[in-house]
Amino acid sequence: MLAKRIIPCLDVRDGRVVKGTHFVNLVDAGDPVEAASRYDSEGADELVFLDITASSDRREIVTRMVRAVADRIFIPFTVGGGLRTLEDIQAILRAGADKISLNTSAIENPDLISEASRYFGSQCIVVAIDARRVQPWNPDAPHWEVTTHGGRVTRSREAVDWAVAAAEAGAGEILLTSMDCDGTQNGYDNILNARVAEKVDIPVIASGGCGSLEHIADAFIEGNASAALAASIFHFGHHTISETKRYLRERGIPVRLT
Amino acid sequence: MTDAIETVIVDYGMGNLRSVEKALENVGGCPLISGDPEKVRRADRLILPGVGAFGDAMSNLRRKRLDIAVQQAVQDGAPLLGLCLGLQLLFTRSEEFGSHEGLNLIPGAVLKIDEPGLRVPHVGWNQIEGARQNPLLEGIAEGSYFYFVHSFYVKPDNPEDVLCWTSYGFRFCSIACRGKVWGAQFHPEKSQEAGKRLLRNFLTIL
Repeated sequence: MLAKRIIPCLDVRDGRVVKGTHFVNLVDAGDPVEAASRYDSEGADELVFLDITASSDRREIVTRMVRAVADRIFIPFTVGGGLRTLEDIQAILRAGADKISLNTSAIENPDLISEASRYFGSQCIVVAIDARRVQPWNPDAPHWEVTTHGGRVTRSREAVDWAVAAAEAGAGEILLTSMDCDGTQNGYDNILNARVAEKVDIPVIASGGCGSLEHIADAFIEGNASAALAASIFHFGHHTISETKRYLRERGIPVRLT
Repeated sequence: MTDAIETVIVDYGMGNLRSVEKALENVGGCPLISGDPEKVRRADRLILPGVGAFGDAMSNLRRKRLDIAVQQAVQDGAPLLGLCLGLQLLFTRSEEFGSHEGLNLIPGAVLKIDEPGLRVPHVGWNQIEGARQNPLLEGIAEGSYFYFVHSFYVKPDNPEDVLCWTSYGFRFCSIACRGKVWGAQFHPEKSQEAGKRLLRNFLTIL
C-alpha cells in the first residue's frame, strides 16, 4: 500500500538552514547537509529544500549545496526557490536533485510548467502555492488568494483554481502552504488541503502550521493530503521522524517504518 | 569481490545518472557513465536508467545507436537492469503520447495508469508483494518499501516474466525479469537500505 509521506522542509539561506514565523524573524537551524543526512537516517521519506539565498553568487551556492546533499542521502529531494528558466531547472537536476519546485516563476509564466514537465517529465516538477484566506473569511464559501515573495505580494489568482491550472499544465505534485498557518504551529489549513486534493488528481503536499503529531495525522485524515511537510517540530528536536511514524501507524495511517 | 566488474550506466541524455552512480559506488560497485555504443556493447553489466518520456528516450537511444548496443550486450550475456523509464524501455511497445516501439527485450506493453480515483503520477513509497525467488531480491523481505514516481506501468505478455507486484488501486508488475534482463519500476537508488540491497544483489549476478 502506498505510504503517506513525511517530508522535513529545510529553508536554506546562504548555505544555512533557517526558520522563521510567517517567513520573517529568521533564526539559524544548522547545516543543510548535516540536517539532510540526519533526516535520511531517521527515516524521512523525502526532503524539500527551499532556497532563499540573497547573495549575488546564489547559483553557485545552491548547486554546491545540492551536490553535497546528493552525495550523502538516498531518498528523493526537491529544491525550490528562484528557479526561472529551463536552464535553472536543468542545473539543479544535474547537480543531483530529484525534483524542483516552482512558485513565483510559475505564476508569472505558467508556460514554464508545461515546458519543464514536457522536457524533464511531470514527475520532477512540483508547483508550490502559498495560499492565504481571503478576508472576511466565509467558511461557507471559502476562498484563498495566491501570494508570492513570502506573502508580501498578493496575486489576483484564486489558489484552488491555480492549483487546478498548474496540474493541467503538467505539474506532478502541488506543495500547498497556508500563509495563515505557516510558523504558527497551530495546525495545517485542512479546509484548503481537502479542497485542493478534491479538485486535482495529482498528489498534494500539506505545508504550513505543523506543531504536533496530531496535526500531521489531521493533514492526512481531514486534509486528504498525500504527504505532510514540517519544519520546526523536527529541526528543534520536538519530535523525531520515527516517533512521528509510529504515532501515525497507531492511528491507522499507512507509513513506511524503517 | 564484485567491484572488479565495471557496471556501465547507459547515458542517452535523460535521467538522473549521478544518483545511480552514487548509489552504485556506495554498494561497492564500479560504475561508468557512458553514451558510447562500443563501450555499452562490450559492457560486463549494464544499468539503463531514465526519467522522462518514452518516445524521446527511444529516439535518443536510436540516434546514438545505443538501442542496438544494449540489445547486443544482452545477447552476449551481460546482466541488464532497467530503472523506472529504463524498465519500460525494455518492453515491446508503449502507448505514451502515441504509440512507440521499445527495445523488445521483454515482450509486453507499457500502459497508462488509468483507474478512477487514483492520483497520477503514483508518487511515494510503496511495497513489493508476491515476489518469486530470484537473486535480485535475495535478503529483501516481502512488503519492503521502495520509492516510486511514474504515470505508466508495464504489462508483460508472459506472467512468468513478473518477478513481483505492487498495489496502487490495482496490481501492477513492479519488477520484470526475463533471463538476465531485469527492470524495476521504482528507484532503488532513492530507496535507502532496501534499494542498496537490490543494487548490491545485481552486482553479484554473473
